[in-house]
Amino acid sequence: MADTHSVIGTKNKKGQTFTDTWKMMNEAPRTPSFYTGSEVIKEALRRASCDVMIAYPITPQSEAAALIGELFAEGYIGDYFRGESEFAVMSQCAGAAFGGARVFTTTAGPGTMRAMENFPMWSGARLPIQMIVTCRGINSPLSIQPDTLEIAYLLNTGMLVWHAETAQDFFDWILKGYMVSEEPDVHLPLALCCDGFFVTHTKDVVNLTPTDMCLPPYDPYRSPVPCMDMECPPVRMMRDPFIMKSNYISYATHASWQQEVWAAVERSRKHTIKWLNGLIETENTDAEVIIVASGTAVSQGREAIRLLEDEGIRCGLVKVKVLRPWPGEEIREATKNAKHIVVPEFNVTGWLAKEIKATIPDSDRVNAGPHVCGGMTMPPEIIASEIKTLLGMRTMSLAGRGS
Amino acid sequence: MIKKRLNVRMSGLGGQGAVTAAHVLAMAANRDGKFSISNPFFGAEKRMAPAESYCRIGIERIYDRGELVFPDVIQVFHPQVITMGKSYTMPFYSGVKEGGLVIINSDQPLLSEEDIQRLKDLHVALFYIAGTELAIEVAGTELSTNMSMLGSVAGITKCVTMEALDGALQERFGKKFVASGGTASLDEAIKKKFAKKEMLLAKNLATVKAAYDIASEWAEKNQYELRVGNPAVAA
Repeated sequence: MADTHSVIGTKNKKGQTFTDTWKMMNEAPRTPSFYTGSEVIKEALRRASCDVMIAYPITPQSEAAALIGELFAEGYIGDYFRGESEFAVMSQCAGAAFGGARVFTTTAGPGTMRAMENFPMWSGARLPIQMIVTCRGINSPLSIQPDTLEIAYLLNTGMLVWHAETAQDFFDWILKGYMVSEEPDVHLPLALCCDGFFVTHTKDVVNLTPTDMCLPPYDPYRSPVPCMDMECPPVRMMRDPFIMKSNYISYATHASWQQEVWAAVERSRKHTIKWLNGLIETENTDAEVIIVASGTAVSQGREAIRLLEDEGIRCGLVKVKVLRPWPGEEIREATKNAKHIVVPEFNVTGWLAKEIKATIPDSDRVNAGPHVCGGMTMPPEIIASEIKTLLGMRTMSLAGRGS
Repeated sequence: MIKKRLNVRMSGLGGQGAVTAAHVLAMAANRDGKFSISNPFFGAEKRMAPAESYCRIGIERIYDRGELVFPDVIQVFHPQVITMGKSYTMPFYSGVKEGGLVIINSDQPLLSEEDIQRLKDLHVALFYIAGTELAIEVAGTELSTNMSMLGSVAGITKCVTMEALDGALQERFGKKFVASGGTASLDEAIKKKFAKKEMLLAKNLATVKAAYDIASEWAEKNQYELRVGNPAVAA
């Protein structure tokens, strides 16, 4: 039956062919393009068969949001509008997803924080919305520069949380993200994060899939909870929240539903491993020192490894691609031989180091840092310097960088 | 000196096109078959506020991004970067690598004796170009100052070819380009200065070429060399 209804091979109104996603991502020819991360988000959306995109301006995601507006003008997005605030945007995203649409939005920093109430609601309502988070500082004094603190707040919302290193990751993961998110045994929202500016405003080479291929459309009837339609109006879900009836059944239902959300996060593991080729990537894990990082800190780690190689120091690398579900077993395995585990982060609290410490045996092997925060950059030299200090070697002084 | 990586820091003021210049330089390097990455660094988007951008060009894949703390080349787009400290580092040449290069857009010298001595100690070359005057003379608008700066860094280091710069400029200005509201309105402003888009491209390219020639001649006369390439092969 399913096959007779398949849209694969048919064309949409823009003349793009609905293509099997696995073939589109893994077998279709790729064209190298020199784009900013924001332009790459637009190009991914062009191929995503997205029904609704809701926008609100905040640096550094405004450019991507504006570019998707161009895409709407060209006819590639079902509907597009600007919400009244980030809180409104995320609520409107919920409405659109309840209504059976494939939904996309972009946000950053204080905007993400403002909308926070909606994210556990999305997970609880099992809405497979995709939200791009272009991380920036959230504290006062104001900073628009990259700082990954908001990811820490997203880790316990029940959303899937991925952290892209490059614009290439972004392009691939936006499209693959819907495939994981929309699986009936997952059906959860995805927070696809990157470090603002370092990815969004950086021009880099990205290999794009053909413009005339797009994802198959979202099928809301694959949802594990009844999707909203004329048979199942929204009032049925909202009128009698379980917790309002103070009896055994209502409490048990509420508790088991929370467990079900986190079980769904766990069930996403197998799909994520298939699409992203693992939750982590590793290099030289037999080395005495291993850098474990996510996002731009991975890139800076790669450069630090080059600097150290020039001095004859061998250093391994673990790129953590997925934060929820947490790749605990993978990290334990990858770091089992390491004497020193160095975790560079673009935030002041070191949330990634804390997660790793809670995961591995002998957690005093974890060196939380170096840290930069409030929009500072992380030169590879300071990672290399920290590693040399750990190994008891002499290192350059980085204090007076002018002299 | 031939290096595997050339790191260029462009320090300018909002509205001068430093961000655009870094993007165009990186696009040109990419066209030349080199590896390149560019990114901006700025606060609120407003005219005359400090704005920096960075372009990294190399012979192997580049991962490093963000503010360039240890640049090989520093380009000062506006005297106020130096005279009023409108820079993310103090002094503006902080972190410059030994044997590096400082290019300043000014029609008169701006550095103190102390600054000159510190740069000399690091064997850093100093090149002044009256880039805004050149832009007014060749393109008829100071908005093309960033073209003078592009031409000067290319002329001295030969990190990109004129042909690639031509292609990159056409790519950047030849089609509709959506970035921030600020960038979009500046794009509109510069387009209004020219009767036709072709004229804009031609005048901008002429400005790049004029600066390229001046800078090229200076490098030859002063026997200054800073190139991107494989040092092992060169040796």
